Amino acid sequence: MSYRSLAFELFPFLPPLFVSEEQRLLHVRYEHYTSTMAEERRPKQCTVVLPTESMKAMAESIGVGQLQEESCAALSEEVSYRIKEIAQDALKFMHHGKRCKLTTSDIDYALKLKNVEPLYGFQSQEFIPFRFASGGGRELHFYEEKEVDLSDIINTPLPRVPLDVSLKAHWLSIEGVQPAIPENPPPAPKEQQKTESTEPLKAVKPGQEEEGSTQKGQGATSAEAKGKKDGLMRMKPRSTHELSVEQQLYYKEITEACVGSCEAKRAEALQSIATDPGLYQMLPRFSTFISEGVRVNVVQNNLALLIYLMRMVKALMDNPTLYLEKYLHELIPAVVTCIVSKQLCLRPDVDNHWALRDFAARLMAQSCKTFSTTTNNIQSRITKTFTKVYNNCWLDDKTQWTTRYGCIAGLSELGPDVIKTLILPRLTVEGARIKAVSDGPVVSNIDKIGADHVQNLLLKHCASVIAKACPLPDNVEQYRADYGYLGPMLCSHVVKARAQAALQAQQVNRTTLTITQPRPTLTVSQSGIGGSGGSRTPSIIKVPSSLTLMSTRPGTPTQPSPPATKYIVMATSSGSSSTQQVLWTASIRKISRTLKLSSSAVANSAVDMMKLALMRTATGKGDPELPLDKFSIRNCSPNKCLTEFK
Amino acid sequence: MAAVQDGQLNLEVEKDIKTEITNDGSGNINANSSSPGSTSSGGKSKSPAGSGEDQQTLLAVLQFLKRNKLTESVDILRREAGLSADADDSPVSESAGAGSGGVPSVGADGGDANSLLSRVSIATPVAPPATAPPKVVAASGGEDQPDVNVVLSAYSQQGDPVLYPLYYNGLKKFIESVLDCHRAELSQVFYPLFVHMYLELVYNNHENEAKQFFEKFSGDQECYYEEDLRILSSMSKKEHMKGNETMLDFRTSKFVLRISRDSYQLLKRHLQERQNNQIWNIIQEHLYIDIFDGMPRSKSQIDAMSGSLAGEGKRDANKAKVFYGLLKEPEIEVPLDDEDEEAENEEGKPKKKKPKKDSMGSKSKKQDPNAPQQTRIPLPELKDSDKLDKIMNMKEATKKIRLGPDNLPSICFYSFLNAYQGLTAVDFTDDSSLIAGGFADSTVRVWSVTPKKLRRVKSAADLSNIDKESDDVLERIMDEKTASESKILYGHSGPVYGISFSPDRNYLLSSSEDGTVRLWSLQTFTCLVGYKGHNYPVWDTQFSPYGYYFISGGHDRVARLWATDHYQPLRMFAGHLADITCTLFHPNSNYVATGSADRTIRLWDVLTGNCVRILTGHKGPIHSLAFSPNGKFMASGATDGRVLLWDVGHGLMVGELKGHTDTIYALKFSRDGEILASGSMDNTVKLWDTLKAFDDVELDDFTAATGHIHLPENSQELLLGTYMTKSTPVIHLHFTRRNLLLAAGAYNP
Repeated sequence: MSYRSLAFELFPFLPPLFVSEEQRLLHVRYEHYTSTMAEERRPKQCTVVLPTESMKAMAESIGVGQLQEESCAALSEEVSYRIKEIAQDALKFMHHGKRCKLTTSDIDYALKLKNVEPLYGFQSQEFIPFRFASGGGRELHFYEEKEVDLSDIINTPLPRVPLDVSLKAHWLSIEGVQPAIPENPPPAPKEQQKTESTEPLKAVKPGQEEEGSTQKGQGATSAEAKGKKDGLMRMKPRSTHELSVEQQLYYKEITEACVGSCEAKRAEALQSIATDPGLYQMLPRFSTFISEGVRVNVVQNNLALLIYLMRMVKALMDNPTLYLEKYLHELIPAVVTCIVSKQLCLRPDVDNHWALRDFAARLMAQSCKTFSTTTNNIQSRITKTFTKVYNNCWLDDKTQWTTRYGCIAGLSELGPDVIKTLILPRLTVEGARIKAVSDGPVVSNIDKIGADHVQNLLLKHCASVIAKACPLPDNVEQYRADYGYLGPMLCSHVVKARAQAALQAQQVNRTTLTITQPRPTLTVSQSGIGGSGGSRTPSIIKVPSSLTLMSTRPGTPTQPSPPATKYIVMATSSGSSSTQQVLWTASIRKISRTLKLSSSAVANSAVDMMKLALMRTATGKGDPELPLDKFSIRNCSPNKCLTEFK
Repeated sequence: MAAVQDGQLNLEVEKDIKTEITNDGSGNINANSSSPGSTSSGGKSKSPAGSGEDQQTLLAVLQFLKRNKLTESVDILRREAGLSADADDSPVSESAGAGSGGVPSVGADGGDANSLLSRVSIATPVAPPATAPPKVVAASGGEDQPDVNVVLSAYSQQGDPVLYPLYYNGLKKFIESVLDCHRAELSQVFYPLFVHMYLELVYNNHENEAKQFFEKFSGDQECYYEEDLRILSSMSKKEHMKGNETMLDFRTSKFVLRISRDSYQLLKRHLQERQNNQIWNIIQEHLYIDIFDGMPRSKSQIDAMSGSLAGEGKRDANKAKVFYGLLKEPEIEVPLDDEDEEAENEEGKPKKKKPKKDSMGSKSKKQDPNAPQQTRIPLPELKDSDKLDKIMNMKEATKKIRLGPDNLPSICFYSFLNAYQGLTAVDFTDDSSLIAGGFADSTVRVWSVTPKKLRRVKSAADLSNIDKESDDVLERIMDEKTASESKILYGHSGPVYGISFSPDRNYLLSSSEDGTVRLWSLQTFTCLVGYKGHNYPVWDTQFSPYGYYFISGGHDRVARLWATDHYQPLRMFAGHLADITCTLFHPNSNYVATGSADRTIRLWDVLTGNCVRILTGHKGPIHSLAFSPNGKFMASGATDGRVLLWDVGHGLMVGELKGHTDTIYALKFSRDGEILASGSMDNTVKLWDTLKAFDDVELDDFTAATGHIHLPENSQELLLGTYMTKSTPVIHLHFTRRNLLLAAGAYNP
């Protein structure tokens, strides 16, 4: 009995499953494939077989009601085998297409090889938007075909026409030396920057990037010299850091835009700093610019400029091609200044310098996470600094509330452990102090505001930690005994935090059905263009000429940049007053679209947050205190965050 | 020319193929002359329980009868003997044999089972073109079944499935216990044995045993076989074996091992002592052991050569003489004397001689002893324009930069922007004035990279108005209105995978997924001919360095040699066991090299159609080939990220360049052959010192004779430079006549 023909016959009826499984298999296979030669291998067997339920579902969809379990099993094996066969053929097409990404057309051609009708309707350029649903003990992947209102399509403005193929020449190498032009990759990749900064004396292996070429370029002795000299005397070359004219111009433009008055320009400049891969050379300049800028502006109490500078720091840290370790000695003091400085603005009672402190504290925490190693001990040194200042102000009643706020913020961003060991024990004292200000005779408005902020900050950070650490039940008296003045408030916050955590957990369990896969929206751009030019990348000529970046780069390119995600989340939280419903759905869609790009952890938490928030707004219980805020603040990009505060 | 579009074969081709068959077939027969005796003796002693010797003989008789299509007597015999055990597999092969004409055609003259097998194996890729589809493994089913069953029937003799792991394990233990020097050699046996035992289990419907067997031993196999293992592992049912190409490859071709006599004796003795007939049978039937006298090879030597789908090339397969020298350049009146000798250099004579040579052209009179006769294959006559071009070439060559480790070439990179990952092939003209790109959207685009724009010839009506006597008639026939920097050629109905300019820049070839090769005129920018013959995707095509001929190869495993004015191929080169992935002409146009997904490179003689070299050593499908300008060496790049260097004359691997981390899609020697440039998917261009690479190899008589070369581990010393591109895979490289390196690829943001 031959299942082969039957299996082939089934093909047209199982497109969704077929293709999704195929992609999965391929994914596994290709990933494995790339790592073949290099690593310790362990042949991964293709023993993956489609579940028999899928066979049943398919059979039902073509009207075969009762399929025997046996035939299901046989069929699924057969189908799995055929799919693998086709996947292997499709890989051939991928290789000859000189790509490293399998496309649906490859599979079509592979099917054609086997004389099978190709699957129509899967011409999507990027990925196939399957949705997953479960219910009634069944799991299904399905392709969502939405009803589209024609008038919508007609009325949407036409997408930009994809640009035609064009040819551009540049020098990859001139007599053995690779010129540092934007068309070439940045001279030092991040990994190398990292090794350079962490292990400065480690010899660079011969044959590594540009090692050969620079030696050649300097007319140094040839191969034998390269081979032998390397291990012994490898000195770090003294670089003079000369910037090309273009780089100087770029530097000027960027710094001016960053601290200038035009917000749109600044956004672009920051975007450029956060994404441009060629900034390695200019990093020392930027670093000095920031540290000097902070030094000057703290004295002048220029809050706006400080914010701008911190946003630059953030952008630099976001840039995936930069490794800041070497410049931390300039950046960290600047950031810490912005956290703990007594006065950051001219009118402390009105200006929201708290936001800057929060923001800088988060930057600090982020850099601790990224750069702290056993040798430099950044995390512990920073913690010590904060504690020292904190100790001082604990001893000294006269310390400004601002500094106190900064220390607490800085410490609490470092994580729950730090909060637990360093802040919780002080709560009583701090509470007494706050009490003194709020209940005592009116000292000054500034102090009162400061005390308020410190109180809120403490409550916010400590509540979640306590909720996790302390056992139930939450007893107000117990809290009062433990934490003094702040006890009762803390207690209510803890209760809230617990409730919310429970709700969240529940939500996560329940809503697997709603959004697990990105859901694209149908736009005319796909259907309208079609063909090979289908994928429309807005910034098409991304030949990175840094000079033109400022003017030509479109607002938000479809880059897989975390900032994009964050931006979107932020947008929703800012509009979380009454027009939620619309905003939510829109933002969810946006988020889910970006999900495939952002790292899964962020994405998941984002989705969970969104779900939670959605529930909330849907039921009409908008609670501004709830984790959405926390999330949005924690993850939002600084520009949004801070502009909002201004 | 435009009218001819048909896909039939002429007789000449078939004749060539026949010779090819006999050549390869005879090798197999000789190899197995010793086998039958030992096989049968083994069969008797091993039979599990019960029936014993009689049954063995009976089986043998049955098989013989079956083979000769005497189905009735088979039936009778079986009925009388009450053979039920055999019932499982015999009907299949039988019905197939009777069902369609596959068996008789092959079986008529083949008495010996082995020769039968080999005939099938060779015939499979070739036979079909004579009838309808040119491929055995077509999905159409009926066509391929007979062959498969003939092939599979070899598996029908089976042992107890439970014992398979024991057998295998026993051998494994034995090999692990032998002396070190033999162990590496004998370990080669593992992989083919494993494969065949697994297939036997699968064929005999022992699905679970097969799975267990696979799980138990697949981890022991060399890592470079992983691809094949994965395909094998997905094959768990007898039905799957039908139509599976990889399976067919294993079955139809013998896995070739090179083992020293001592090691072989060891193995043989062991197997005979242990009465391990199951394994012995497999070795006899499915393996070709190429025994040599002398020292056993070391592990590294073996690893360097193995990795192909069907083992190493046989030694005698590489014995034929290859005339790798260059053809004599025709004498051309050149305005300046010294430029003539430059031309000599240009054509590949080592540049070193240049300073010494003052008297003009003395060298060009002499015939290179390694060169083929000038008229070995007919070449097109030089036209006036060709001569002009040659003179230009010589002039350019005088300005050529001499490259070397201290003098690296400049690289100019042509990025294709907005290609949306659709760029599939690129070619430059020899004078670097035009660049062509093949795209996944079926288009071919041609750009002019000089200020000279591309113009079309005027329409016929306009042409008649031209004064044909005028001096600038060539200029006048061009239509100024059509001048543009690029032109698009529409015609294919699938992605364009191969592209090649003719040397005179008048034509462009493109091969596509739609199974055709198209010839385009660069005067009118229209399609002139569609060459049909490959019914499956054509992965690559290449013009001969002298024009007129071109080669194409694709999914159907057959490389075809065409002449532009014939709509049928002149030669068909069959023998590869998997897709032909790249094709290249030797600089003297007498040979053609093809790289394949079976991980071998073959060199074919254009004159006779014979395969003259089988080069193994790559561990992945080969995607790029390059001949050194003097024709003596060849470089090849594969998906495994390694470049291998070959001595064409000796058929030896002479170097291995490691450094790339992904598929190498482009290879090119500099005009003097001193530097090899390689471009890869890993977004780098690397330059290698080939002079040093070829110098480092010491070739004494012994290594030349046995082919056991010890490769120096000197990739790092040979690497002259690495140049990263900005997320742009390098898919083509080209040295201009002045030794400027041009690279091309599509920018993938």
